[in-house]
Amino acid sequence: MSDKGKIVVGVAIFAALVSFPFWYNTGTAKPAPELIIAPEAKAAGACVLPKDQMAKEHMQLLDGWRNSVVREGQRVYVAESGKQYAMSLSNGCLECHTNKADFCDKCHEYASVNPYCWDCHVNPKEK
Amino acid sequence: MDIKPEEMIKISNAMPKKSWMETPPDLSDGKFCYPAKAKTLEYLGLPNPRDWSPADEDWKLPENWQQIIHEGFKERLDKYRSLKVFMDVCVRCGACADKCHFYLGSGDPKNMPFLRAELLRSIYRNDFTLAGKLLGKFAGARKMTTTVIKEWFSYLYQCTECRRCSVFCPYGIDTAEITMMGRELLNLIGLNINWIKDPVANCSKTGNHLGIQPQNFKEIVEFFCEDIEEITGVKINPSFNRKGAEVLFVTPSGDAFADPGTYTFMGYLMLFEHIGLDYTLSTYASEGGNFGLFTSSDMMKKLNAKMYHEAERLGVKYIIGGECGHMWRVVNQYMDTMNGPANFLEVPKSPITGTVFENAASTKMIHIAEFTADLIKHNKLKLDPSRNDHLKVTWHDSCNPARAMGILEEPRYVLKSVCNNFHEMPANTIREETFCCGSGAGLNTEEIMEQRLRGGLPRANAVKYVHDKYGVNMLACMCAIDRAALPPLMDYWVPGVEVIGLHELVANALVMDGEIERTTNLRFEDLPGAEGDSDE
Amino acid sequence: MNVNIVLSLVAVVVLGALAFLGGSAPVLQGVFGIMIPYIAFVMFLGGFIWRIMKWAKSPVPFRIPTTCGQQKSLPWIKHAKLENPSSGLGVMGRMALEIFTFRSLFRNTKAEIKGDRISYEWEIWLWLGSLAFHYSFLAVLVRHMRFFLEPVPAAIKFLEAADGFFQIGLPIVMLSGVILFAAAGFLFARRVATPRLRYTSLAADYFPLFLIMAIALSGMFMRYFLRVDIVAVKELTMGLATLSPTIPANIDPFLFVHLFLVCVLFVYFPFSKLMHAGGIFLSPTRNMANNNRAKRHINPWNPDLTFVTYEKYENTFREKMIEAGLPVEKES
Repeated sequence: MSDKGKIVVGVAIFAALVSFPFWYNTGTAKPAPELIIAPEAKAAGACVLPKDQMAKEHMQLLDGWRNSVVREGQRVYVAESGKQYAMSLSNGCLECHTNKADFCDKCHEYASVNPYCWDCHVNPKEK
Repeated sequence: MDIKPEEMIKISNAMPKKSWMETPPDLSDGKFCYPAKAKTLEYLGLPNPRDWSPADEDWKLPENWQQIIHEGFKERLDKYRSLKVFMDVCVRCGACADKCHFYLGSGDPKNMPFLRAELLRSIYRNDFTLAGKLLGKFAGARKMTTTVIKEWFSYLYQCTECRRCSVFCPYGIDTAEITMMGRELLNLIGLNINWIKDPVANCSKTGNHLGIQPQNFKEIVEFFCEDIEEITGVKINPSFNRKGAEVLFVTPSGDAFADPGTYTFMGYLMLFEHIGLDYTLSTYASEGGNFGLFTSSDMMKKLNAKMYHEAERLGVKYIIGGECGHMWRVVNQYMDTMNGPANFLEVPKSPITGTVFENAASTKMIHIAEFTADLIKHNKLKLDPSRNDHLKVTWHDSCNPARAMGILEEPRYVLKSVCNNFHEMPANTIREETFCCGSGAGLNTEEIMEQRLRGGLPRANAVKYVHDKYGVNMLACMCAIDRAALPPLMDYWVPGVEVIGLHELVANALVMDGEIERTTNLRFEDLPGAEGDSDE
Repeated sequence: MNVNIVLSLVAVVVLGALAFLGGSAPVLQGVFGIMIPYIAFVMFLGGFIWRIMKWAKSPVPFRIPTTCGQQKSLPWIKHAKLENPSSGLGVMGRMALEIFTFRSLFRNTKAEIKGDRISYEWEIWLWLGSLAFHYSFLAVLVRHMRFFLEPVPAAIKFLEAADGFFQIGLPIVMLSGVILFAAAGFLFARRVATPRLRYTSLAADYFPLFLIMAIALSGMFMRYFLRVDIVAVKELTMGLATLSPTIPANIDPFLFVHLFLVCVLFVYFPFSKLMHAGGIFLSPTRNMANNNRAKRHINPWNPDLTFVTYEKYENTFREKMIEAGLPVEKES
């Protein structure tokens, strides 16, 4: 008695599970999304922080803004350059970055990041 | 025993300073079982017969003993998936540690089941795994030396193969399996113990472990019948080696040999007489137990072969087996595979109740507790449980029937039907979590009495609990080793508690046809009230 | 300090440092980002199957379940179908309980001698710690599929949402990672704090724990502190998964520490005690029904042995048997 048949079936299931990514992606794999900067943003020239920093820290920045606005009533952000910005996602960020679908969603979706910003905020262009 | 119980129970759990791999086994007097005699091994045709003692420095091993062990190990890895898997998958989580009665009673770390297994695993890693070969000690591997083989001998005979650890192991690693393989390997180079090998040789020669010859077996049983007649007035004439009987009855020879097992044997005889069972005893298949189990699978098969062989010769329909522990491990888990198929037998059917025992449809052998429980359920026995009223009884589940079979309710049902005062021991010490008597797997020998008493401590301590709390004075069981091992254990740890077999209790309560008024029980002790009739 | 602990810890630190140095050198990124992961995957899958088939090669000569409940016998006696199964279905139930809930470990007790009594206490921590460890590891593993699947299946998104249900911090803390680290830490602490475990633990017991803790730690460090470019990470992993590997330009070298340690774990897995994951399925004391007496089990190597037959027995004892009035086959 050795149950070889059952063991082979079990091993096959295991192999199928472990190699799941290889056959799941076949034919459907998409390249990493390219970041598309909207013309409005290009025109503005600079963001509130340098590009690299924005890429890594935009969530912390927005989180800080939220606390500042909601809890302290402070709505103005002063950038290093001395320029002042309104701390607002819909009326600030999205004023320049008018292409939410290309600028925000593509990467978030690709990396399966689900920010809860949009639970409350709306994209003004979508109204 | 020189050590007092209150001293013995003070067990240190402190770990030694030295690594376990560098701690040699204690093989001073009293710490080992006597080895098998040269002539016993010669009779059985086993390797390396010689006279030696574990206390000697030189064990007179064959010159190429390391090679023999290595090859034997390899052979068993190829034959048993259990061994292979159990060698590889232990994570040393330690869940088994304080489940072993020998560890609880001794505090010796090598009695923790996983460390007992590591004794073999360390050699396995060295001999059969790449990591062990490359990394040596850091991978938990070590080379086989005389110290290691002495350690094996010491600790593989400090395991009763009770399987309690395997209940708790998350992977079901069964130390019994590892001990059995280890003992087989030891046997290959002539390291065996007398208390196992003598019964094995006897069993081959005379049909039973105790070496009872046919005429003596008959005399013993007839002697029981005389006692039964004196107590009950009923004359019984059991048959021996009778062809054409419906049932062959096989029980451990220990029941024929010593108290209190003898009373259990009388119980069987009275029960069968009462219901008019057409059965026979065999002087040839006169052993239910099987010390081959403690030696090697080959020896187990050879000793077990007699049951079917005799059943076929006599032309019986099926076999009923008596109260025994490891016998039922063999019958339930090995017999049919080793010596079946028993196509010449029929599926057991109780001639009294008509119950067909489908659970034994292939092996064609049923446990007497199954048989009796069925009789009582169908109201076929006239019972007067008040005859056992002077007893406060608790039930000891024997390791093998509990953990290799699961016969838990049948004996309890019988017990509750034949006595009125029954108290269970604490939940962690009964049923599948039952504790060994400390003397199983061939370790019921005098020279290691301290080890046995230590190993039996958890069992005894649970008995003490119900003894103190409910006044329990009788420990009932259905195992011949128990009936031999528990009385000294009780005398030491819980004086005042006696040991009794299930069917002795049944027979005491059984109201037989045509019996005289009983004044004593099977032990010729006055029944309560009987001597004081005039008082009432 | 225990040499096994020190060695294991040093090994993990050295491996991590190696990966960081290698990952920082652009020429070696291909080795750490592409070659080693592929080798690790092949060795894991191949090694796992090799080990299982090696076990499978040995037969199961005897049916030896450890019975943990009432057997199936008379119809009026309640049968413990899961603890002492008598059929394939029951065995599946028992195995499912064992694999998904660690049934046997749940029984764990702690025995202690107190005065003249041995007391037994239910000891749930090992069970709880192990369960937390294994399930959080599973959750972490499944969550990481977001790096290897495109588009990301809804089920994985759902798991992520559940894992971050409490919305603590930003990026939202995934509880599974924290629990994994804590549970591994507990299993380590338990090993060190229990004298009998400290006495018996091997380097092979500490090393995987340190390795897994380092993996969890490096992962959390990347997510919460370094905040590596996640799109670049996915570019790398998707390259691996679609067999068109690339090293993205802005990949953080620290990723290679995490990735390399995972590779080490994968390679180590099939050759270590971690194979208990596969072994449990093949454990004969758990995966067999206790129906020996009803259904014959076949041993493929059942040997033919000579035993003392009745004939030999009668030849030895014939005279005595006749004298005692016992029936014999042959009178002389």
